[in-house]
Amino acid sequence: MRGSTERIKRLREKSTTTQPRLSTERAVYLTETYKKYYGEESVPVLRALAFKNYLLNRKLYIGEDELIVGEKGASPQTAPTFPDLCCHEMEDLEVMDDRKYISFNVSDEDKKIHEEEIIPYWHNKSIRYKIIKNMTEEWRNCYQAGMYTEFMEQRAPGHTVADDKIYRKGFLDFKNEIQESIDNLDYFNDSEAHDKKQQLEGMKISCDAIMEYGRRYAKYARELAENEENETRKEDLLWIANNCDTVPANKPETFAQAIQMYWFVHLGVTTELNTWDAFSPGKLDQYLYPFYKKEVEEGTITRDKAVEILECMWIKFNNQPAPPKVGITLKESATYTDFSNINTGGINPYTGEDGVNDVSYMILDVMDEMKLLQPSSNVQISEKTPEEFLKRACEISRDGWGQPAFYNTEEIIKELIDAGKTKDDAMFGGASGCIETGAHGREAYILTGYFNMPKVLELTLSDGYDKETKKQLGLKLMNGKEFGSYEEVFEAFKKQMKHFLDIKIKGNNVIERLFGEEMPATFLSIVTDDCISSGTDYNKGGSRYNIRYIQGVGIGTVADSLAAIKYNVFEEKRFSMTELLEAADNNFEGYDLIRKMVLKNTPKYGNDDDYADELMVDAFNTYKDLVNGRPTVYGGKYRINMLPTTCHIYFGSVTRASVNGRLAYQPLPDGISPEKGADINGPTAVMKSAAKMNQIETGGTLLNQRFAPSALASEKGINNLGAIVKSYFRMDGHHIQFNVFDKNILLEAQKKPEEYTNLIVRVAGYSDHFNNLEKALQDEIINRTEQTFC
Amino acid sequence: MRWIIKGKILNIQKFSIHDGPGIRTTVFMKGCPLKCRWCHNPESISYGIDIMIDRDKCISCGSCAEHCESGALKMVDGPKGKTLVADNSLCTDCGKCELFCLNEAITIAGKDMEAEEVFKELLKDRLFYEESKGGVTFSGGEPLTQVDFLVEILKKLKEEKIHTAVDTCGHVPFENFEKIMEYTDVFLYDLKIGDEKKHLEYIGISNKKIIENLQKLSNSGAEINIRMIMVEGVNSSEEDIEKAIEILKNINVSNINILPYHNISTHKYRKLGIGYEESGMKVPSNARMEEIKKRLENNGYKVVVGG
Repeated sequence: MRGSTERIKRLREKSTTTQPRLSTERAVYLTETYKKYYGEESVPVLRALAFKNYLLNRKLYIGEDELIVGEKGASPQTAPTFPDLCCHEMEDLEVMDDRKYISFNVSDEDKKIHEEEIIPYWHNKSIRYKIIKNMTEEWRNCYQAGMYTEFMEQRAPGHTVADDKIYRKGFLDFKNEIQESIDNLDYFNDSEAHDKKQQLEGMKISCDAIMEYGRRYAKYARELAENEENETRKEDLLWIANNCDTVPANKPETFAQAIQMYWFVHLGVTTELNTWDAFSPGKLDQYLYPFYKKEVEEGTITRDKAVEILECMWIKFNNQPAPPKVGITLKESATYTDFSNINTGGINPYTGEDGVNDVSYMILDVMDEMKLLQPSSNVQISEKTPEEFLKRACEISRDGWGQPAFYNTEEIIKELIDAGKTKDDAMFGGASGCIETGAHGREAYILTGYFNMPKVLELTLSDGYDKETKKQLGLKLMNGKEFGSYEEVFEAFKKQMKHFLDIKIKGNNVIERLFGEEMPATFLSIVTDDCISSGTDYNKGGSRYNIRYIQGVGIGTVADSLAAIKYNVFEEKRFSMTELLEAADNNFEGYDLIRKMVLKNTPKYGNDDDYADELMVDAFNTYKDLVNGRPTVYGGKYRINMLPTTCHIYFGSVTRASVNGRLAYQPLPDGISPEKGADINGPTAVMKSAAKMNQIETGGTLLNQRFAPSALASEKGINNLGAIVKSYFRMDGHHIQFNVFDKNILLEAQKKPEEYTNLIVRVAGYSDHFNNLEKALQDEIINRTEQTFC
Repeated sequence: MRWIIKGKILNIQKFSIHDGPGIRTTVFMKGCPLKCRWCHNPESISYGIDIMIDRDKCISCGSCAEHCESGALKMVDGPKGKTLVADNSLCTDCGKCELFCLNEAITIAGKDMEAEEVFKELLKDRLFYEESKGGVTFSGGEPLTQVDFLVEILKKLKEEKIHTAVDTCGHVPFENFEKIMEYTDVFLYDLKIGDEKKHLEYIGISNKKIIENLQKLSNSGAEINIRMIMVEGVNSSEEDIEKAIEILKNINVSNINILPYHNISTHKYRKLGIGYEESGMKVPSNARMEEIKKRLENNGYKVVVGG
């Protein structure tokens, strides 16, 4: 059993063995508020009142052994529902309850409540309903065909990260700032003054809500203490009460209070709305260090105690499964993980010096000891990072569960500056969710959906006609067989890409508006600059920076497919365009020689071969130029990043055979990884190829590398792993993560899942239990090129 | 310009981590004066091209012979119908056989590459060499048999301040060592069998020159890592190790790698159409490797099992 103390062992056991279930408590209070105030109060105030109603009336939970308190649902592993965003049908609840993977128990009582109270009110008011209603037929057809996905279809804009303001101020302070902003409203010259007033009033109510929630916990802990016979536990409970007396109303004074403060904010953000990727604490090591240092000096904390409190926090993260998803949203993100992601290391955002401190090493120890699904932990490596820290991170990563992932501090800063941040704000940059870049505490950076790049090429070659859904989705330009040169192919690809991106962005802009008007996040806005001073909501462009990402998937398949056409058809003239397209159209059945030539005798991306890599860069630049810089509804800008979560499996399942030899419905490569089996020159060549795209012009890229344990054995293996990270980062690579294990272990685990319940593997920008993955995803992980060397 | 000198290359292996310090690129060169019975790269022994045919995959379709530009491949009548035969000496490495073979049953081993081409390939991973304190290793085959080619590239690598290693069996004229010494940071020197008679028996030649060269190389101040392949039944007995220690007594050795023999290469012999005499050779146990390691360590050497 894992955990540094007996207390943690018990807590961890409970967290990891409890079956996730669903709770309608939030939905009930939400519906109550809406029924009472809808139409009477402005939308921001209405939302804040709903938030407050829940926090003031919801059941509280303090589990045995707990030191940090608060749950999103009624108890560990309970997920609230968000009918305001996505009102599940009864059938959805049955499916959730029954499905083999990522299931949620739903009690009969909850089913009854859902059927009788929730569905009747929300069925035609949820955001999901409105999105589907307001999208064009063209948008819906492309969505059904798997050209792209839509993040806001069941969840709210998120991917957001706290900075250090919540350790410097309490919510009383925030409330004063809000009041000041109200007092300063200029009703004579600002036509939006009234809207701002409503927004700020909502934010004030949200301050009250979270403070009252904290007070309720203090009171509840005292009640429990009174009835507690065990003296030690009694002390714990009074200590908890004491912490909750201070936070969140006031700024934290101790290490534990700082963590409890974050946790209250985390719960606030993630119960107010079902934000994608929950919420993350950012540079936690740097924010906690002053508290730790002070307490160590005063003799009020030991390293062991601090580690135990951190472990309590880890368990809290792990207790919160991502609220249940259905349909395509489940396919693009098939996991319980809610993607909270902690940045450790990097540089100090104020001084620019190395940011590694004692707490950084403690966090590494905790992640190594806990080995939990959540939170994701990453390390930021900068040129100033000490060797020792890198080495320790490599050691943990070598254990083979994909954590920590490695991020490039300097490259992240360059990305943020490229996207228009000031240097000072860029210094607060980090990764959240999977690999997304943002300036913590001051930016709304919102993923809007994945984009199926190989499918665009497929339709380019079929004159815009989708043979799967039997619809003309793309432009009618030229029948694939009529292409007379590679340049013609690429020109057509560009036009089709623009066509599909336009459809996606047009839809995005409607959805952005829907959220802006109907789903203000009055709590999240409190902790995100400059929502208070601008009197504008997070979901309405109130943050200092606003970026909306579209995530490209499958660039490896595109690069190799372009190479297959250019090299074989137009240069070597091994076969004609007609023959190649017929082969792909028949899933290569009866075209063995063509498939063999495109698979084995054609330049491939991922081998540090300029021929194929340049085609990858062409495709990347096309995508980037069509997205980056386009305006969003509320004054932000669009930007690309390159990550898949589990969407490469879904996109693969709707994509027919590709001309590079990839068979129909097989997964696409993840992130910027090469097509499976295409990289035959080892990991250094993969990294060289991947670094040829200008990653600074993205909001993050994902690169997965799998090693056999033998490749990383001994001290030399650790050093080589560190060297790999540093080399890739010197080439401005954004992120790299490692899976270390051999294929046989996974094949065994597939056969005998019961014997491998602890096997955690790196999936995309996150890790998951191997057993929680559906079969296709398991197969795909097994088949990822294993980098071994002689 | 001598820069266009060509070499016969078997393979260039990136991210090679067992042939010297750090992350390296290893150039496997064709041609070797020795013929060790346990050789795990038998396709590197000849100085020319080897056509390797995987008889398990070959379906005798004749497609390779049909496309062969030089007549090196032919379909002939055999006892079980048509069968493919290869004449290595005629092969011009046109690559058509590999391209048209559906089952990937055929491989051409040995490619003429210009020194500059190889050099450019080696520069590709220099960032990884720098970060890992790695570099480039020449192995084979016996790289010193193509010494003019070797020296050209080594010189260039040193101009670029890239760490260089040469893996050698030692059985070449010492003047070849002298040509490259200045540009070689470390020699990975194979010590196969200490006893001369046994050396003759298993490798077909005496080890006199090898030991002599090792001594001279040591005297010249070169950095030397000793590599000893351990084949049970051949060279891993107490007596054998004793003998090796005796030879190394006057050699300036920085460390020793002991590499357990593997019989994983038998398929390569089949593809080359040559026999593999496995009798009398066994894979040493991990326990035995540890014993040998201790034995050598007791004599003051730094020893690593494996590369």
